[in-house]
Amino acid sequence: MRQPAGDPRRFRFDPMEITPALILNAVIAGLLIGGFYAAVSVGVSISFGMLDVVNIAHPAFILVGSYIAYIVNDRFGFDPILVSLVVSPLFFALGLGIYRVYYVCFERRGQESLRGLAFFFGILFITEVALVLIFGVDYRTASTAYTDTTLRLGGIDFPLRLVVPFAVSMAMVAGLQVFFTHTFFGRAVLAVAQDQLALRLMGVDPVRIKGLAFALSIATASVAGAFLIVIQPVQPSIGREYIGLVFAVCVLGGMGSIWGTLIGALVLGVAESFTSTFVGPSWAPAVSFGLLLATLAFRPSGILGR
Amino acid sequence: MLVKTVVTTLRRALGALFIGLALTGAAFAQQPPTLKIGFGMSLTGPLAGNGKAALIAMEIWREDVNAKGGILGRKVEFVYYDDQTNPSTVPGIYTKLLDVDKVDLVVSGYGTAVIAPAMPLMMQRNLTFMTLFGLNVNSKFNYDRYFQIMPAGPEPAVGWTRGFFDAAMTLNPKPKTIALVGADAEYPHLALEGARTHVQRLGLKVVYDKSYPPNTVDYSPIVRAIQASNPDLVYVASYPPDSAGMVRAANEIGLKTRMFGGGMVGPQFAALKTQLGPLLNGVVNYELYAPELSGKFPFLDKFIARYQERAAAAGVDPLGFYLPPYAYAMMQVLDQAIVATGGLDQTKLADYIHKSSFDTYVGKVNFAKNGEWAVPRVMMVQFHGISGNGVDQWKKPGVLTVLEPNAYKTGPVVAPFQDARK
Repeated sequence: MRQPAGDPRRFRFDPMEITPALILNAVIAGLLIGGFYAAVSVGVSISFGMLDVVNIAHPAFILVGSYIAYIVNDRFGFDPILVSLVVSPLFFALGLGIYRVYYVCFERRGQESLRGLAFFFGILFITEVALVLIFGVDYRTASTAYTDTTLRLGGIDFPLRLVVPFAVSMAMVAGLQVFFTHTFFGRAVLAVAQDQLALRLMGVDPVRIKGLAFALSIATASVAGAFLIVIQPVQPSIGREYIGLVFAVCVLGGMGSIWGTLIGALVLGVAESFTSTFVGPSWAPAVSFGLLLATLAFRPSGILGR
Repeated sequence: MLVKTVVTTLRRALGALFIGLALTGAAFAQQPPTLKIGFGMSLTGPLAGNGKAALIAMEIWREDVNAKGGILGRKVEFVYYDDQTNPSTVPGIYTKLLDVDKVDLVVSGYGTAVIAPAMPLMMQRNLTFMTLFGLNVNSKFNYDRYFQIMPAGPEPAVGWTRGFFDAAMTLNPKPKTIALVGADAEYPHLALEGARTHVQRLGLKVVYDKSYPPNTVDYSPIVRAIQASNPDLVYVASYPPDSAGMVRAANEIGLKTRMFGGGMVGPQFAALKTQLGPLLNGVVNYELYAPELSGKFPFLDKFIARYQERAAAAGVDPLGFYLPPYAYAMMQVLDQAIVATGGLDQTKLADYIHKSSFDTYVGKVNFAKNGEWAVPRVMMVQFHGISGNGVDQWKKPGVLTVLEPNAYKTGPVVAPFQDARK
């Protein structure tokens, strides 16, 4: 053991032994957390990527989802993810209402860029304060039958508190992709993203389509919120920490591409996991955002962006 | 005739009003002004749980003092603002308290991150500054009117971490290697600094020494990297969400080491105690109070019962073993100093606090030259026998072994960690 001359507070140490199990575990951990990132980001991919609505309050809706899952889990013992699926229609309705206000007050008047952003910032802070007033400021978590269980297969760990959200997230993302590419409504949403005027000429009301798509994006926040409270304890201001992440995933994957969001999230997850394991966790954000910058430099529209 | 009557009546009414006002004013003049104490407190943001708990304790103190007639005959009034756990709000809050609200005294909010930004202003105004749970803040400022109520001792970073290493050195054979890990934040950096001092003192070999960003979601890659370096001891300095993440990851991976924990903030509070439940078994971590020691702090038990009544309604830590007694004690020190010096002269207050001994709910408190506790009293405990996630098991003796300091020791450390977890 010796201290380096440059930083007297730190010690140098021998490099760790890199084994195949360590590498495989890093990949699996990265994919699992990437699945969670995908669920958190897919709503923003719809609202920001497809609809041009900079919903910076999306993490706040995720937190509302966490707290609803928490309260039902705490009182009745129901599984938080199941609860989130049941209450997602309420989130859908909430999304419809919020988009209506946003459209009438900002988008219709052409003031959506700056004032719309302020509107969503306002929602973010109001939601946070409301959660503080209703639930207090202590950390909350949900307990499930699988939270503390880890499957171990050939030296590879599969903690179920990450595996279950990952599996549901994959199903949700795949479902959304099928919905957007194989239904009339889904294709109309994609058309809104490309040319609203053309859509209007086809006899479709783009405002209605945007409202429904925005509502769908808010509905995904309910499920992502349940994942969050299964994975880690939450308190009302934790949503702010996800603002950068969700927009980074969205841009990395390609604006408005659901598959792109999934790939971006998985890439970010694996990059973070590898960096944490082999380089040092404090480098993880630098590597992730470095990856984002490199992607944008060589492919400005993101991995699957058009 | 009618006009004359009206004028006379008006004159009489105005006269009566004037006399009434004069008498009311005299009555007001007899009431001494309230003694205003100002502070910022984290009522929202990541440390709001602790901030609100501290506020409850301080309000209990204010009620107690006012019930006895106040301090020097003046009722105590609090003026406080939410610092949002955001250090950048702190200088503005204290400037407003001093210049606009004209408070008589100021004390700090909770934690290192919000105490440090208030220090330049306190020094500029030569104010006596009682602070609540800042770790090693005065090492950079060397301010002679700074006082701190957390019992970390005159070398806070060293005193804070000593118990973990002293307990580790009781293991047979003695540990040789250690992993150090903590969040990229003020407190973990300072705690790790203290840990490194002990590492050098004891000649341990460091096999891992890294920090992680505070918004990390999954801690398993970190714990796996620690496991790959195969340390005898793992010292963790973390805030509540990452403490939960580290403990979960250590259990999921089945971390094999001899002692795990040390400086994790969070397991002192009911929220994490109940969330993690049996996952905490085997973890060695710091505490400032244990129900096992209730006989040694008889006044504290009464206070905790009063605190717990209010905490449930406020949605904050329902146990209140960690921070609230010290928040109350901080105000007791200030109270006793004001009474003894007979006023609010900042020089006299600071001098008195330096040279006096204070009887508080957390015991006798003496301050060292740098404003820290003269003798450290951080307890290192090991969790064991926790079953389920109920809160009641934490209210009574049985799930903690006090390892350090020796004066409070209730048993030896159980190692290795994987056996102690069972």
